Amino acid sequence: MIPAAFDYRAPETLDEVIRELHENGDEAKLLAGGHSLIPLMKLRLAAPVLLVDIRKLPGLHGVERQDGHWRVGALTPHALLEHSPEVGVVSRIAALIADPQVRNRGTIGGSLAHGDPASDLPAAMLITDGEVTLQSAAGQRTVAAADLFHDYLETEVGPEEVLTEVRFAALDGYGHGYEKFNRRSEDWAMVGVAALARVADGRFEDVRVGLTNMASTPLRARAVEDALRGQEVSAQSIAAAAEQAAEGTHPPADLNASSDYKRHLARVLCRRALSKAAGL
Amino acid sequence: MSSTVNVRLNVNGVEHEIEVEPRLLLVHALRDRLGLTGTHVGCDTSNCGACTVHLNGDAVKSCTVLAVQADGERITTIEGLGSEADLHPMQEAFWNNHGLQCGYCTPGMIMASAALLNENPNPTEDEVRHALEGNLCRCTGYHNIVKAVLDAAAKTSMEVGA
Amino acid sequence: MSATEQASTGPHVGRVMRRKEDPRLITGRARYVDDISLPGTLWATLVRSPEAHARIVSIDGSEAAARPGVHAVFTGEDMSDLGGPLPMAWAPPGVEVANPEHWPLARGTVNHVGDPVAVVIGEDRYAVADAAEDVIVEYEPLPVVVDPEKALEGGPFVHDALGSNKVHEWSLPGGDVEAGFAEADVIVERRVVNHRIAGAPIEPRGVLADYRAGSLTLWTSTQVPHFVRLFMALLLGLSEDHVRVIAPEVGGGFGSKLQVYGEEVLACWASRKLGRPVKWIETRTENMAVTHQGRDQISYTRMGAKQDGTITAFHVRIVADFGAYNMILTPLIPSLGAFVMGGCYKIPNVRTDIVGVFTNKCPTDAIRGAGRPEATHMLELTLDAMAHELGMDPLEIRRKNFIPAEDFPAAVATGVVYDSGDYAKTLDKLLEHFDLEAFRREQAQQRTEGIYRGVGFCTYTEICGLAPSRVTGPGGVGVQAGLWESALVRVHNTGAVTVYTGTSPHGQGLDTAMAQIVADKLGVDPSIVEVIHGDTATGPEGRGTYGSRSLATGGEAVARATDKVVTKAKAIVAAELEAAPEDIEVSDGKFSVRGSPDKGMALADIAGVAYVGAVPEGMEPGLEETTFYDPENFVFPFGAHACVVDVDPETGKIEVVRYVAVDDCGRAINPMLIDGQVHGGVAFGIGQALYERVHYDEDGQLVTGTFVDYALPTAAELPSFETDRTETPSPVNSMGVKGVGEAGTIAASAAVTNAVIDALRPLGVEFINMPLSPMRVWEAITEARGGAA
Repeated sequence: MIPAAFDYRAPETLDEVIRELHENGDEAKLLAGGHSLIPLMKLRLAAPVLLVDIRKLPGLHGVERQDGHWRVGALTPHALLEHSPEVGVVSRIAALIADPQVRNRGTIGGSLAHGDPASDLPAAMLITDGEVTLQSAAGQRTVAAADLFHDYLETEVGPEEVLTEVRFAALDGYGHGYEKFNRRSEDWAMVGVAALARVADGRFEDVRVGLTNMASTPLRARAVEDALRGQEVSAQSIAAAAEQAAEGTHPPADLNASSDYKRHLARVLCRRALSKAAGL
Repeated sequence: MSSTVNVRLNVNGVEHEIEVEPRLLLVHALRDRLGLTGTHVGCDTSNCGACTVHLNGDAVKSCTVLAVQADGERITTIEGLGSEADLHPMQEAFWNNHGLQCGYCTPGMIMASAALLNENPNPTEDEVRHALEGNLCRCTGYHNIVKAVLDAAAKTSMEVGA
Repeated sequence: MSATEQASTGPHVGRVMRRKEDPRLITGRARYVDDISLPGTLWATLVRSPEAHARIVSIDGSEAAARPGVHAVFTGEDMSDLGGPLPMAWAPPGVEVANPEHWPLARGTVNHVGDPVAVVIGEDRYAVADAAEDVIVEYEPLPVVVDPEKALEGGPFVHDALGSNKVHEWSLPGGDVEAGFAEADVIVERRVVNHRIAGAPIEPRGVLADYRAGSLTLWTSTQVPHFVRLFMALLLGLSEDHVRVIAPEVGGGFGSKLQVYGEEVLACWASRKLGRPVKWIETRTENMAVTHQGRDQISYTRMGAKQDGTITAFHVRIVADFGAYNMILTPLIPSLGAFVMGGCYKIPNVRTDIVGVFTNKCPTDAIRGAGRPEATHMLELTLDAMAHELGMDPLEIRRKNFIPAEDFPAAVATGVVYDSGDYAKTLDKLLEHFDLEAFRREQAQQRTEGIYRGVGFCTYTEICGLAPSRVTGPGGVGVQAGLWESALVRVHNTGAVTVYTGTSPHGQGLDTAMAQIVADKLGVDPSIVEVIHGDTATGPEGRGTYGSRSLATGGEAVARATDKVVTKAKAIVAAELEAAPEDIEVSDGKFSVRGSPDKGMALADIAGVAYVGAVPEGMEPGLEETTFYDPENFVFPFGAHACVVDVDPETGKIEVVRYVAVDDCGRAINPMLIDGQVHGGVAFGIGQALYERVHYDEDGQLVTGTFVDYALPTAAELPSFETDRTETPSPVNSMGVKGVGEAGTIAASAAVTNAVIDALRPLGVEFINMPLSPMRVWEAITEARGGAA
């Protein structure tokens, strides 16, 4: 399995990267860790004419806290997030991506720009008020996670844009849980449910639930969130709300799971993730 | 035809400069260009881990890294981990514990295991099993591989303690 | 210092010894096919059918051939000079087997996804991959046959000219099953599906062919280099002496490399045609589509028993899906299971009826266990169902029907004679490790807490050590080859020893085990015994490694050749020391005179005499011997396995919590190697039961074409295994050994499935077929609760 031939540049400045993208348009593709792109190229499901490698760009590596948010450079590998438990739910989720070798190379920016609905981080971005910085010849813009994912492998990131930074709310005081269901632990999620909960006086003050692989994009389980907000924290309230986890979802059937089974899993996993988030 | 580029690789402590097509996979650069055939290819989809090497000390799947991405970087392969006369403790542990049969997954398995102990010198059995979830073995059922890694951890920490 | 001066005194047999094979493997210095380079090597890549069934309208390779670096594009028509199609070597007496032609490159039609239609040969790996994309093939799709049971009802046909999809019918009657059912108080029936799996060795196949000046050398990742040589000679019209086949380091086989493959023929043919070495290395995607697969049987089982649990009859009807072609032993495979369809039980009436079917899928053939895992699975599941029906404990019904130890050698209904066994002993030992009563108490408690834990058992015997030619060969079951084994043992001048075995091990550790055997007999250290295999230019003709045969046939051949060397050595020593040969014994690393241990000669000294020619009058100089060994019988390993699983009743996900295996493979040569084989075998069986499935959709498209979808278990999915053994020697060979390469696989899928059924019974699930994927388990639970899944 050999990629089709392509040209390669590894500029040292963001301006050069942007210029390469601008000059080559659709024929160029950005290369970060390559763990989404190279597998597709080996199977010849992708055949860019030019790869623009951003590995030499300064300042795209690392995790730092600023004003109640986490700022993560686009080239930060999953492994670094995994080993930053203070980041909370995103760290927990990063630790469950694929396997250690993949986590050493795969990057948060690459994963979000790729937009695979079975990947784990997008749902986390939805529930942590995540946003990304996109830079291009036209300047810089910020896109909220809610607007980032358009369809299967389609995102708001334009062909001439570079995703340089990811930010999400630290959400101190929230409990979290992520339930990833797969056949083998190295597999993509069959279904994943990420939950955040802030509890005060035995009641849910805020609840956020994100769904992985329940549609062609990651989703928020709004019905569950609405049902629980203000409710007393109990196994019963969680179970009742989790029954609505699959509402409005359109999970595609695949080899290992029918749509019905995925909806069922979403409900079960939602209850479990919420229970963890609520400390039950 | 795309143009070729020069790539500098430090492999097992030796500097190499080779001219490559940008699409050349690191595993093929190591095997076909540098003659380091201990790193194997077992799948097309980054699942099996037979191609695992260390890139700047981190375990990576060299079938999913372009040689150009490793330009200027430091790579260790199974040949550089230890030699027959001076085995790495992980190689020794695989031998002592019958952690291999056909041997094809073994270099990748040893490289992944060695990387684990660099990060976590005293893993639990469960941690070992999860750390190796990116490496497939069809012969051993993993039982003796896990045993070997735990044995290497115990021996290494004893030496460090001594 | 001569080699033998380093000798240790042994015995080495029966002891754990770390492997001689390992130093090269752990340092990256081993050489698999793709690690070997020859000057001027060309690369081959195949253009394969994306269609499951189609007529080839046209193939245009001109654009590909014009690309830089491309030397040739060939199609099936270019290979019209082949001596014949790919071989199928089973001709059961009195049975008609439909056998359509099967060529290295398709001629006229393609019959499964991946069927090769053209080969592109060029300067390097990358260039040919590009060029293959430029070969334009026009297909006219034909109707696709996927369901083997529907395929038997009529058209469409995989091979139109045959007018049927039926390959053959074969029966093994034993006793009178109808009379047995008439005696029965209870009859249970099950439809047991044993789905299709892949061997999936981590090293895919690969070949490097070098035809020069009339001689051909082929490096190939195979389990059977001698068979490959024979067919390369026959198909390419070469004299067998001009063909050398080398199995270098082979990265696992599991039966999938017990084959003569089209790519082997193709590379040799192209090397001759182009006058250059030709290499082809299989991708994993190709491996999943075209390397032969296994199992894929639907069985209808029927068991009769008396109220007290005595089994009176067992009848199975097997529909075996063979895919698109017969490979070398395809239609034989289910028959191998038929011989042990009665398992380790005294069942007077056992009958197996098999029908083989063509479908538009990859061909099946031997995969680890080859017919015996299927037989054991259907028997052990049906037996558990019977126990439940009778209200008996699953172990009670097993004990009730065990062939008692005093019955051995035991002639059973299927016509074979089990060599040795003590089934109660392995089960007793299993229960020493596994406290069943305590488990049942805990299980009952856990059920009240909503935890669904189950235990499943499998007690098995199997038939292996493939040989004897008398039974397996043309006059017996019908394999068109003898399945004996050879060995040559050569003592060098210095007393170092080289052993040539006709087996072709690829991970089993035979180098080590054989060295242990030889070392003890010759009074030397195993470190100076080198074992050579897998090269047809060295040593005598051989038969390869499969069917758990390499110790019981190959190892015994080595032992016998060594015994001949010992006999000669004793004669030399007797002459030198003026003693009687019968008074010479091997002890403390020396051949010495009984009663005078200080009077003796080390092997190096004896070799010295033998090679300077100072041998007794009438004796030939030199010290080496050859043996061809054809055993009198198969060997029949056995054992008892227990598996504990937890089922998540909400998601259907299964976790193997504990696995205990007690196996008896006769006398242990190296217990470490036995444990390793059991671990791997059990993992293989668990993999099939819970994770792995080759799946084709209704259009014959392969859905599980990579390791993303074909889910081999990883370390994270499996527990550590608990193993133990008993040693009941086989009377068949001098060492008392049996095989163990397949035992774990043969037992495991039944133990896992029975455990899952045990866990699910309180939820109303009485039976479930593999693969026990979370969704399938969830559907079964949902259905049992009366809901629609």
